[in-house]
Amino acid sequence: MTDVTAEHAPERTAARSAFDAAAMAARVAKRRAAEWRFQAYGIAAISFGLFCVLMLFGVIISKGLPAFWQSAIQLDVALDPAVVDAAGARSHDDLMAADYESLIRAALYKKLGIAPEDAAKTALADDLVSSGADVDVRQLVLDNHAVIGTTQRIWLLTHDTVDAVLKGAIDRKVPESNRQIKDQQLAWVDQLVADGAIKSGFNWGLFTRGASSKPETAGLGVAAIGSFFMMLTVLLVAVPLGVAAAIYLEEFAPKNRWTDLIEVNISNLAAVPSIVFGLLGLAILINFVGLPRSASLVGGLVLALMTLPTVIIAARAAITAVPPSIRQAALGIGASKMQSIFHHVLPLAMPGILTGTIIGLAKALGETAPLLMIGMVAFVVDYPKTPMDPATALPVQIYMCRRRRSEALLSARPAPPWCCCCSCWR
Amino acid sequence: MSKPVLCLVILALGMAAYLLATLRARRLSGGKLATLHSRLSYYGAYAALSAVVPTLALVVGWSIAEPVFLKSAVHSLLPADLLGRPKSELAMIDSAIGTVAQGLRLAPAADLAKALADKAPLTELFSAQGIAMGAEPEAYQIAVAQQLNRWTDLSRWSLTLAALALALLGGVFALLSIRPTLRARNSVERVMLAGLMAASTVAILTTVGIIASMLFETIHFFQLVPAKDYFLSLVWDPRFSAAGATGGSTAGQFGLIPLLWGTAYISLVALIVAVPVGLMAALYLSEYASSGLRTVVKPALELLAGIPTIVYGLFALISFGPTLRDLGASIGVPVSASSVLTAGIVMGIMLIPFVSSLSDDVINAVPQTLREGSLGLGATRSETIKLVVLPAALPGVIGAVLLAASRAIGETMIVVLAAGIAANITANPLQPVTTMTVKIVSQLTGDLEFNSPQTLVAFALGLTLFCITLVLNIYALSVVRRFREHYE
Repeated sequence: MTDVTAEHAPERTAARSAFDAAAMAARVAKRRAAEWRFQAYGIAAISFGLFCVLMLFGVIISKGLPAFWQSAIQLDVALDPAVVDAAGARSHDDLMAADYESLIRAALYKKLGIAPEDAAKTALADDLVSSGADVDVRQLVLDNHAVIGTTQRIWLLTHDTVDAVLKGAIDRKVPESNRQIKDQQLAWVDQLVADGAIKSGFNWGLFTRGASSKPETAGLGVAAIGSFFMMLTVLLVAVPLGVAAAIYLEEFAPKNRWTDLIEVNISNLAAVPSIVFGLLGLAILINFVGLPRSASLVGGLVLALMTLPTVIIAARAAITAVPPSIRQAALGIGASKMQSIFHHVLPLAMPGILTGTIIGLAKALGETAPLLMIGMVAFVVDYPKTPMDPATALPVQIYMCRRRRSEALLSARPAPPWCCCCSCWR
Repeated sequence: MSKPVLCLVILALGMAAYLLATLRARRLSGGKLATLHSRLSYYGAYAALSAVVPTLALVVGWSIAEPVFLKSAVHSLLPADLLGRPKSELAMIDSAIGTVAQGLRLAPAADLAKALADKAPLTELFSAQGIAMGAEPEAYQIAVAQQLNRWTDLSRWSLTLAALALALLGGVFALLSIRPTLRARNSVERVMLAGLMAASTVAILTTVGIIASMLFETIHFFQLVPAKDYFLSLVWDPRFSAAGATGGSTAGQFGLIPLLWGTAYISLVALIVAVPVGLMAALYLSEYASSGLRTVVKPALELLAGIPTIVYGLFALISFGPTLRDLGASIGVPVSASSVLTAGIVMGIMLIPFVSSLSDDVINAVPQTLREGSLGLGATRSETIKLVVLPAALPGVIGAVLLAASRAIGETMIVVLAAGIAANITANPLQPVTTMTVKIVSQLTGDLEFNSPQTLVAFALGLTLFCITLVLNIYALSVVRRFREHYE
């Protein structure tokens, strides 16, 4: 550091020659001010960072929280045998194809006291109940054939606009022509709420349902299964490979060009943009090997390759941190090098390896871009049963519903749990 | 036997070999295990590995070679005039024959024999098994498919027999060679070492795979579009072939420069936000803050690094972008909701913890003696930082900034959601620009056709991106490494 001091030497001599009390006091004041300013910059930077954290979490939580609740409407649906099962054979196909929507509508008209012939009013009333509600009624019938012919009091999902009004997302003061919900509908909703026939409940469907074009029946269940398969693949591929590579590099690798190349490679791979891994998956796994597009196995393999450097780096750090005395003691009582590593070093390094693995998994769980490349943007409604079925992932679902108003709100939700799991391990 | 079942059987044989070998070793030792060279489990593992490893290698090699052989065998059966057809047509014929073969296998035997004898259409029979055929298979296709099925069966049976024989042979040979002096542990450890070594080359293979896959498609792209038009053109207008029909030219223009500009501009804004904040935060935390403050603030800032980038993108799209637009409107400046500033600032927020933790490492690596020397000469703390710590840490800080830049350039989801789509070259930060990553995503989502320049350009962009980040990363990593070694 001699060059640093040398640079300022002339200034210092100048300062010494200009020594007098007033100038000195002025200089000290100036230097104190500089010191104070510098600290202020630091505090400002930290405050800005903390402000960003608060703002992001505030936005995520405030926009995401309402989606955990959802309103439902209570209707007395008469399951008319003539409509549900005209043939009376209780055959699965007939029950699947029956017109449950007409039953729901009839029940709704009865509840609101409007004549089924009043076309203007019925059209408005139809928009109160979710158009996906018939699936719930169908499931009720399929589960228990005995309900056919009875009148069932059931809670059905309301339409998205009703939900939005009740959550305050639609401004009632907006003129009717610009509002998504009409005055007549508002009056009905208010009346039903007063009667206790519309209630807000916890949105369990959020965790079980799949992608849907209707915001009220959209859920994360299918995407969660896809993500689960992918995480499983990452765990089974990246962790054994990563730990094995780390052991080799730390304990066995000779110091030569090839080892250097591997090391540079790994640190470089850790910084390669994730989208490039997606291109790799598209070109090699899908086009060359011929694995199916949108399969969670392909997604998992791509994410595993992406996570591998993270796991290797963490595992190497953990293995280096094991004191050499452990190795020497093991070798001293006659263990082979391999035995000393697998019986003594690895168990001690395990906590560190696990931390790195979980950070890598959390990163892979939140990764979107490579999955877009391998066609995981498909609109998947059914649960994937094997890793080869078309699937989607949680972050991809956020991407897919970004354009739809209320789903954009819905979709910020997976974030908080991830952030927690990422941050508590760091 | 299908291959997964075969693999399970081989593994079961391996386990049997393990058990038998341990039993045999125990018997040979005559109850005195100390007379054996290795511990019992190594004899077991020795036998299991001799049974399993060569056999699995055979199965894998066979699986790779089988389709190649079958394909050339099928081609040798095809009528001579078909072989002269272009590659893509030949591939269609291959896949049609594959479908017919699958259908012949799945369709009920009695119905099939009847249909073949009557020359009745097979399409319906196949579709009942869930196999969709575009057109009724031609006579030669049926004949070839039948032969293909026979060959496939033959191949499968011979593989099963060969694999089982090899596994038994390996297991029995290993069992017979067991004696107390056999150095089983050394052999097993050699195999383990080979496995560890192979695992460490996966990283190299990944890089080779990345480069090879993108290079092939990029060369393909440059055969369709001259390299000069890609690197030097100022216009990005890929025109999907269907839409291009109305515009006169269907060729499309693939100028890299607007995308490069957009990428660089957004990254620059991100760095302008992230570097001062990250660096100052790191300096304050390591030089001024009490340890209590540090333990609270550091993890809090790192929270930012744990948020998935898609959430940042969403934040920019639904919250930050509109806020910025309204702010601009209130002071009379038109701001696009997807402006450079929106994407850049949000990306900068994402990079703050990255810059701060990297510079924190670097600052802590500066030896304490340098600080003490400076303070001892009467410098204030800020003077010490500015005149001693920072100059000493400069190479490391530069490395950190370069790594952050490489992150910013490769970042995808924030710009996909928050940056624009139009490829503009503009210096106005309130206008939208687009980036390379946005274009890779938009060219590759939806229906893909792998011989159109519209799809292939994504690989050219990917390779460009990879090269840029590679140069940045390697330079930055070497700077940081040299810096660390300097003070260690």
